[in-house]
Amino acid sequence: MTATTQTRNRQEGPRPSTPTARKLRRGRALAGYMFVAPFMIVFLLMFLVPLLYAAYFSLFREQLVGGNVFVGLENYTRAFGDEQLWTGIARVCLFFLIQVPIMLVAALAFALALDTGLVRLKRTTRLGIFVPYAVPGVIATLMWGFLYGPDFGPFAQLAEKIGMSAPDFLGPDLMLGSLANIVFWEFTGYNMVILFAALRSVPTEIYEAAAVDGAGQWRIAWSIKIPALKGALAVCMIFSIIGAFQLFNEPQLMQSLAPTVIDAAYTPNLYAYNLAFVGQEYNYAAAVSFVLGLVILVGSYAFMFATNRRSRR
Amino acid sequence: MTTTAIKPRRHKPKRSTVLTIGMLAAAAYFLLPLFWLVVASSKTSEDLFSTFGLWFSDEFNLFANIKLTLTQDDGVFLKWLWNTLLYAVTAAGGGALLAALAGYGFSKYRFKGNRTMFLIVLGAVMVPTTALAIPTYLVFSEIGLADTPWAIILPSLVNPFGLLLMRVYVEAAVPDSLLEAARIDGASELRIFFQVVLRLLAPGFATVLLFALVHTWNNYFLPLIMLNDPELYPITVGLARWQGQAAAAGGASGDLVPLVITGSLLSIIPLVIAFLFLQRYWQSGLVAGAVKQ
Repeated sequence: MTATTQTRNRQEGPRPSTPTARKLRRGRALAGYMFVAPFMIVFLLMFLVPLLYAAYFSLFREQLVGGNVFVGLENYTRAFGDEQLWTGIARVCLFFLIQVPIMLVAALAFALALDTGLVRLKRTTRLGIFVPYAVPGVIATLMWGFLYGPDFGPFAQLAEKIGMSAPDFLGPDLMLGSLANIVFWEFTGYNMVILFAALRSVPTEIYEAAAVDGAGQWRIAWSIKIPALKGALAVCMIFSIIGAFQLFNEPQLMQSLAPTVIDAAYTPNLYAYNLAFVGQEYNYAAAVSFVLGLVILVGSYAFMFATNRRSRR
Repeated sequence: MTTTAIKPRRHKPKRSTVLTIGMLAAAAYFLLPLFWLVVASSKTSEDLFSTFGLWFSDEFNLFANIKLTLTQDDGVFLKWLWNTLLYAVTAAGGGALLAALAGYGFSKYRFKGNRTMFLIVLGAVMVPTTALAIPTYLVFSEIGLADTPWAIILPSLVNPFGLLLMRVYVEAAVPDSLLEAARIDGASELRIFFQVVLRLLAPGFATVLLFALVHTWNNYFLPLIMLNDPELYPITVGLARWQGQAAAAGGASGDLVPLVITGSLLSIIPLVIAFLFLQRYWQSGLVAGAVKQ
């Protein structure tokens, strides 16, 4: 879109234009600036300034004697050698590898099932699956925390009734899985709605032609619908990468229920938060935030690069 | 755009019982915690521990629980609810307006730096918001705005994804010929935007507004680090604080637990209702977001 207007612009350029037309065009450009200015100013102040300030800030170290001292990249070398940080990053990687495929496969399956038109009560089920998205992550975590709990959680109650003990959802072995379940519960419906919406924009004539050729629902789903969803799936994937690596709310709230399982560096974000607000190590926390941001950017771009190359082949 | 989303299918295939049962089972899993929340909100703290979690007890205590929740700590819950509403409405409303103005500007005007600025904002979609939160806190505490409502509202005004969506909407819904006609009639650029363009953008605007509303309503990390004063908390931080107190006191103070549960129920009702009533909007909005990127 922008490219075509630009070429048109260039073609018009050398043509002799009357003074009024030139004046009009200048006025138009001014109006354009006026429309984007409010957004860009807030963006500059709330986005770029904090990033630059924190980048500057991360090059210093607070000392008991002498206040802030310039230390160059020392905070970054410390971060790259920080075992706690990398244990956390490895943990969210594991979380990502388990949770995201399950969530996206489920969302895809739900979307495809709804799109076949074979399901009764379609609207009800679609809304039921989506509703958790409207529940704040904090409240989702509080609810699941109670449900998992040994005191009055229904799982523990049921297990007790049949004379068994419920699995320790909040113990060290199952905690990551319990957190994955909460995130699955929150976001599967959201991904399903995106995929379902993308499916609806595929022209139905293609399905009809395939059906005439004798293709069944499975074949249509596999050979037509899933390839058509490539773009939407990529969007879901990028959001999931960003979401998984930023994991914070769920482990931070679970900490009060399982303080021995979730330590201060359970996820990288939790670590940065604790560094800044418990340890008062603001400079180092800023550096850790940047390292985490870098890991996320590298992950997202690596994913996009890999999918682009595969589709070009 | 809205009409392409919902297409009538000509041939209705037969229904499948197996698929229906599978989907209903899935919906049951997603609704189960909410059902539990309703049941648990209706119990006294003794019944919460002594009766089965997934069914009502003999004593229906919902209204007493609501009263307890609303009056605890001199009615601080209502204060939190009001704060949440204030932050969400101002940040989402202001943010959606900024996104609409800029989306229109980027889409319909030629000026130097148009493409560069847009690409910078586009790149910002990828920057993790929490990686930005600690830097924002540092700046805000430097200029003395931390621990004020501005610390929540101002950062939430930036909505790069909203700008992206608005630009897509403008390109699809605002024809150039209409703008030219309005200009020939002598309307000023601003007047054209507010009287012609904004009306055409209503569905897109509603989508961006709704998602920004949810985002601010659900925000936890930013208020958690920005705010110290409990009077300024939004619901998310307030409930988490009650939960922390309940957990720290152990089983001994079961009294706060019903408040956390009932407060959770009260705070999700407005959003669930908003989503149910505005379905048409957010569904078409997601189509634009998912397909046009």
